[in-house]
Amino acid sequence: MKRRKLDLAQVPANVGKGLDDRYKAATPLRGLLNKVFPDHWSFLLGEIALFSFIVLLLTGVFLTLFFDPSMKEIAYEGAYPALRGTEMSQAYASSLHLSFEVRGGLFMRQMHHWAALLFMAAIVVHMARIFFTGAFRKPREANWAIGVALFLLGFLAGFTGYSLPDDGLSGTGLRIASAIMLSLPVVGTWVSASIFGGEFPGEFIIGRFYIAHVLLIPGGLLALISVHLGLVFAQKHTQWPGPGRTNDNVVGERMFPRYALKQGGFFMAVFGVIALMAGLFQINPIWLFGPYRASEVSSASQPDWYVMFMDGLVRLMPAWQIDIPIGDGYVIPPLFWPAVVGLGALTTVPMFYPFIEARRLKDKRSHHLLERPRDAPERTGLGAMAFTFFIVATLSGGNDVIADKFHISLNAMTWAGRIGLVILPPLAYYLAVRVCLGLQQHDREVLAHGVETGIIKRAPDGRFYEVHQPLGPVDDHGHPLPLDYAGWVVPKKMNRLGALAPAVKGFFYPVEKPAEAPVSPGMPPVTAREEREEITSGR
Amino acid sequence: MTVVKEPHGAHGAGTEPVDVNDPRLSRFDIVREGARRDDIEIVTYESQFQGTNSKAEKRVVRNIAFLFLLSGAAALVFLVFYIIWPWEFELGHTDSDYFTPILGISLGVSLLALGFAILAWAKKLLPHEVSIQDRHNTPSSDDDRLITGQTIAYLGDELGVQRRPLLKGAIGLGLAPLGLVAAAPLIGGLIENPHKGDEPMMFHTGFDPVPNEGKPVRLTREDGTSIRPEDVSVGGQITVFPGIPHGATNQYADSPTLLIHLRADDAAAARAKGNADAINKDSMWENYIAYSKICTHAGCPASLYEQQTNRLLCPCHQSQFMITDNARPIFGPASRRLPQLPIEVDAEGFFVAASDYKETIGPDFWERP
Repeated sequence: MKRRKLDLAQVPANVGKGLDDRYKAATPLRGLLNKVFPDHWSFLLGEIALFSFIVLLLTGVFLTLFFDPSMKEIAYEGAYPALRGTEMSQAYASSLHLSFEVRGGLFMRQMHHWAALLFMAAIVVHMARIFFTGAFRKPREANWAIGVALFLLGFLAGFTGYSLPDDGLSGTGLRIASAIMLSLPVVGTWVSASIFGGEFPGEFIIGRFYIAHVLLIPGGLLALISVHLGLVFAQKHTQWPGPGRTNDNVVGERMFPRYALKQGGFFMAVFGVIALMAGLFQINPIWLFGPYRASEVSSASQPDWYVMFMDGLVRLMPAWQIDIPIGDGYVIPPLFWPAVVGLGALTTVPMFYPFIEARRLKDKRSHHLLERPRDAPERTGLGAMAFTFFIVATLSGGNDVIADKFHISLNAMTWAGRIGLVILPPLAYYLAVRVCLGLQQHDREVLAHGVETGIIKRAPDGRFYEVHQPLGPVDDHGHPLPLDYAGWVVPKKMNRLGALAPAVKGFFYPVEKPAEAPVSPGMPPVTAREEREEITSGR
Repeated sequence: MTVVKEPHGAHGAGTEPVDVNDPRLSRFDIVREGARRDDIEIVTYESQFQGTNSKAEKRVVRNIAFLFLLSGAAALVFLVFYIIWPWEFELGHTDSDYFTPILGISLGVSLLALGFAILAWAKKLLPHEVSIQDRHNTPSSDDDRLITGQTIAYLGDELGVQRRPLLKGAIGLGLAPLGLVAAAPLIGGLIENPHKGDEPMMFHTGFDPVPNEGKPVRLTREDGTSIRPEDVSVGGQITVFPGIPHGATNQYADSPTLLIHLRADDAAAARAKGNADAINKDSMWENYIAYSKICTHAGCPASLYEQQTNRLLCPCHQSQFMITDNARPIFGPASRRLPQLPIEVDAEGFFVAASDYKETIGPDFWERP
């Protein structure tokens, strides 16, 4: 039989035909391959969270192979001598086993923990990017709300996760969680008793947290992340204003191959950084904390960083107890306000911010172009306020360590936090708004008068004035024609306009002859114009 | 690759339709035409190098190849050390201490090299590109919007729930119980009555003499040994547990108690304050005083005792309690004093709890009397 010769030229057409015959995919697939993504470093922050989440899934599955979520008390007989013979829960013993007696187990555990910290950090920074650039505006309100929900889910995933090893620190965290449940008016004791299966700590909580941590919460995260990314894909990414960029187009590069390749490379880089951190930086050394004992805790018991703001708020709360004198009397403990109302409000009210802002500005249009933070001073001020609040609360979560290390009175730290929490956010708002307005004004100044050259001239009548380099055309008198602000960076220095000579090579010893200007393909080579005079100080 | 400059408008308006079967077209021409049909205009598409096989291009290719090889080499290092390096924990400073750092560095270098190789490929080798895609912001026509809205509304009409009020009520009455059935096993299985039994858990600790056959419960150390007054030096303190089976375990997480031997003048002050209080009256034994160690704020053990000022500090949220004044909260978020355990010494000379705590232990809650 004669072998049919493969016609290379026909392969693409055949592939397209084959796909389309079966899945009717030719046109949608082409659309997917060609989809355009805008590019800016700040658009990659959310990706860090996504990639950390993938690392969390990978390492987490490994950990489940060795972890035993049982609270049965046993005597430890493992490899770590300091704890041998100690009574501890099976969960803690299996966490120690995972750390000491599984080859590479400690590395995987540290990778999981670092990836979790990075996941939350990337979420917060990504959220800040979305907020400060107005990317949450119509039509993306739902995706903003989903993002806030993802923070809350990540918070719960983190808390349930670091409760699982059942070491001294995680037991203390559980004790506080139980106290927070108890603080709920009317139902508190019932909620705590139901979740812990009786009196704290009971025998169920690790098992229940385990299933929440490995199934329920990751399931929720996965579902929300899918919707989050699906919406980004369907609604197309926002972009910065710039040449050729309008509210109706997307300027960037096609998804395949360049954009997808860059994403893949970035994933590997994030993965690599997590691996480095996991190998080099110790995190949560549970063997030092010992098993949880209700009677033991050390100072500097801090939760993971994204829970510290809540711990800080709890520390700063004054001892305001509300007594309700009905019958035997009822109590709302002070813990209720920061831990339940505070966390509840901080994770739900921001969900509605897009609608609040749209209503305030009576803005019903769709926005696909981002705003520079300076162009929305009030929003930037609000964001600065929120971040100041978060930072004061987070620092207060470690105020005992600060007091210890810097020899400050602990009570003074608490009072500083209390006062700071009230005074600093409005101050941050004021400063941020003033800075925004100042930056706006400077942008307009440069557009109207040109860039400051640093050249001071003296007129024949004795006046001194600075020469400005106009950014655009000039009128008959040489005065620049005012330019409109385009919502994007205004060049403010002469070297931004190409006035800077090529850098002199050599770090310690300048090479005599300056290097030639590099030739960039597609850009005309930078050469000094003939008539340009050398800029001197005038001496 | 040649530089493509599109002389026309952004969305290919006015360009002639291209016959993709034209054999003279290059593959890129067809790709560009395809993108154009999706309202994507490839505006700039230019190689980053002058000509093909330029020196600069070769250098970049070499660097990328090096990164891929480095990635492979580091991965091999990971595998080799994973297999041969001593990893089992040993006391002291041993080679096994370096196992995790070696894994981290080798895997990190491998992944970073791979990442940078891919990034360099995308950023340095692939042609520089600017594409413009139409967002298709134009909404559907008013007619379409109206039709969709009406179609949704007609769903309700078709079902006719509005016209058939009996169904409306029946659905509500039929489905609500079924919904509750779905929730029932979860809630019903989990729910625990915190106030059940003769000894409700919120109000009793291991020091309650009733389950101990009415005998006063001894104060014991963690190992279960009883304590004599002379075991605690003046100004000293010790954490004590109920002397019952499992008394020092988490089964009695609300029972840890701090037994303090006060100096004589402090003890006098504490006794004066205590006897002025209806609940704490006569709870001390000589210069010894015992308070619950479980903070009334969030339940951490309030374990930092400052001898000089007689303050007890909870390290979790820095609530401070004045030992000589009925453990009144004097700073921080706690709003309630630490309950005092009435203590005495039994016939054999060991500390016992005269009774259970007279106030509620631990974090505050709604129905605390």
